[in-house]
Amino acid sequence: MEKQWHYLGVDVGSVSTNLVIIDESDRVIEKLYLRTGGQPISAMREGLKMLSERVGSKVRIKGAGATGSGRQLAGVIIGADVVKNEITAHAVAAQKVVPGVKTILEIGGQDSKIIILRNGIVYDFAMNTVCAAGTGSFLDRQAARLNIPISEFGSYALKATSSVRIAGRCAVFAESDMIHKQQTGHSLEDIINGLCEALVRNYLNNLAKSKDIEEPIVFQGGVAANIGIAAAFERALGKKIIIPGYYDVMGAYGAALIAKEKMASSNSPSAFCGFQAIENEYRAKSIECHDCSNQCEVIEILSNGEPIARWGDRCGKWSELARNSEVG
Amino acid sequence: MKITFPHMGNTYICAKALLDDLGIEYLIPPFNSKKTLEIGTKYAPEFACLPLKINLGNFLQAYEMGADTILITGGCGPCRFGYYGEMHREILRDIGCEMDVITLEWPDKGAGEFLHRIRKLTGKLNPYRILKAVREAATTAMQADDLERLANRVRPRELQRGTTDRIYKAFLNLVKKADGSAGIKKLIRDTAGELLSIETDMDFRPLRVGIVGEIYSTIDPYTNLNISSRLGSMGIEADRRVTVSGWIIEHMIKKALRLPRDLSYADAAKPYLGAMIGGHAQETVGHTVMYARDGYDGVIQIYPLTCMPEIVAQSILPSVEKDFDIPVLTLIMDEMTGEAGYQTRLEAFGDLLKKRRERGVYGKTVALSGG
Repeated sequence: MEKQWHYLGVDVGSVSTNLVIIDESDRVIEKLYLRTGGQPISAMREGLKMLSERVGSKVRIKGAGATGSGRQLAGVIIGADVVKNEITAHAVAAQKVVPGVKTILEIGGQDSKIIILRNGIVYDFAMNTVCAAGTGSFLDRQAARLNIPISEFGSYALKATSSVRIAGRCAVFAESDMIHKQQTGHSLEDIINGLCEALVRNYLNNLAKSKDIEEPIVFQGGVAANIGIAAAFERALGKKIIIPGYYDVMGAYGAALIAKEKMASSNSPSAFCGFQAIENEYRAKSIECHDCSNQCEVIEILSNGEPIARWGDRCGKWSELARNSEVG
Repeated sequence: MKITFPHMGNTYICAKALLDDLGIEYLIPPFNSKKTLEIGTKYAPEFACLPLKINLGNFLQAYEMGADTILITGGCGPCRFGYYGEMHREILRDIGCEMDVITLEWPDKGAGEFLHRIRKLTGKLNPYRILKAVREAATTAMQADDLERLANRVRPRELQRGTTDRIYKAFLNLVKKADGSAGIKKLIRDTAGELLSIETDMDFRPLRVGIVGEIYSTIDPYTNLNISSRLGSMGIEADRRVTVSGWIIEHMIKKALRLPRDLSYADAAKPYLGAMIGGHAQETVGHTVMYARDGYDGVIQIYPLTCMPEIVAQSILPSVEKDFDIPVLTLIMDEMTGEAGYQTRLEAFGDLLKKRRERGVYGKTVALSGG
């Protein structure tokens, strides 16, 4: 069988590193959801290695896109043709899965976003600035504390029989409040359900204020796996919530779609390093530049000891240096 | 007596022109940096706003270098900035750092009090020379602001990314060595020539974004994480109506000469905010309306965390957004601001503006609180 063209999307987030390969008709061929574990470079290497083992011989990557909070790093390591912010990437993916989507609720590991679309374009967005309460890492922590696997956390909420009000404004207070409720004898199911409701309330108050949440509504990001939260959203909004099949890798899917769009309008070959590039050794080093008052923290990415990229400088001196040495 | 003054964007250029021409000994504190903020944060009250913290850092850095007198502008306004002169005096005394604070503003007591304060600076200089120096400083400030505006116009159109920033940044450093208002003005002219000779894409029509918000955080590039430069490198032209020279002319010179002030922003803000409520809230609302009328693609509001007037303005802006169909992004700065989240919001806002232009304007829009 003749090989088809494919596109790779990589989303390096705080908690998970996701990779998606799509084909020419935007179908997901392969997807990976890995824990970043604080080491984005190894997570990416691991991801590429797994992809290479699974489908490496069958796919030909024509373009690669990177997104997520580690998008710049990912862009360098995989050789991305396009590096895009996660808000745009999530919007592109949701529109592909649910054409005509008007509201995207996205809750990831460390941040949550709301994206409002009208007539097929992003009209408005907001990202949590205040606190990480209600994001994936907090739920993770609570699941661990209660000795419940995170994958079953949501189903506990559905078994609740009475409502318990948990203070959800701040993660620290939410936890003390949960402990308080548990010590006064509330059932675990009721407390977990209360937590889900508190997080949804916090999300809607913090991000969705003065925004018209219209259907279709898509809920994505790692936390969409939590059926308790999804149910709490439906109750709070009185509207139906759609959870796409690839809810957990929508950012990476969006990045792959954006890469495909970019390559369609470009004649140059992909910058993608190839699956074998993972054999290289990558290292990140931080340098504090003392040449001026800005005292930038410059990050240098070394591949086999050679600098391949630098950033973090305000004047561009260091980032330029890397580019030059690449040429020379 | 060795004078120093706080940084706020290109304010030091105007201050330098004034003090050079008056022949007063002074010391420009090191440019705002992480270090400045660290020192300031250490001694300032937690919930004071970012400008107070940075300025305190400026003074302490200057003190270490030998400055003993601080020249600041007051505000006389209902925003707490008007009280910062006193705050600084008290904090510095508590630290055990003996510095005199002279507040340069047009006092409600009138010319007598103003001259008294100027005298404290100038000693026995003749009034004519003082007036001339003030005039030259004001025109220097205007020209410095014009130069910044020029840089903002050239930046999104430059063919080689970073050229404008390189030239403009070199200028900011060279100014320190220029001599008096005459020397500075020559340098400004030379730099303008350099900026105009940058190779640009003449046909490129950049997206245009108006910057509104609290004066210090909108003007000072360190505080707003270089917003004009970031937008420029994304091919977006940034404009800002609140400037240093504008402040000097509107709040000092026109007040002193009893000339009518430019209140076009107040007219524009009237349906939303009919009264001055402190700080630059009315300007923020008014300028957003004016940018919308001028056909700008979007507006970015910037303010330091805990700034009351801007919090009020922020809650009004969604109405302006709806009525004029212009997207507004709000960015709140403090010493904890993470650069990554900030950049993500800016990029997403840029994408949003680009798509809107591609598709043409549709329907109504809602608040872009950005968080």
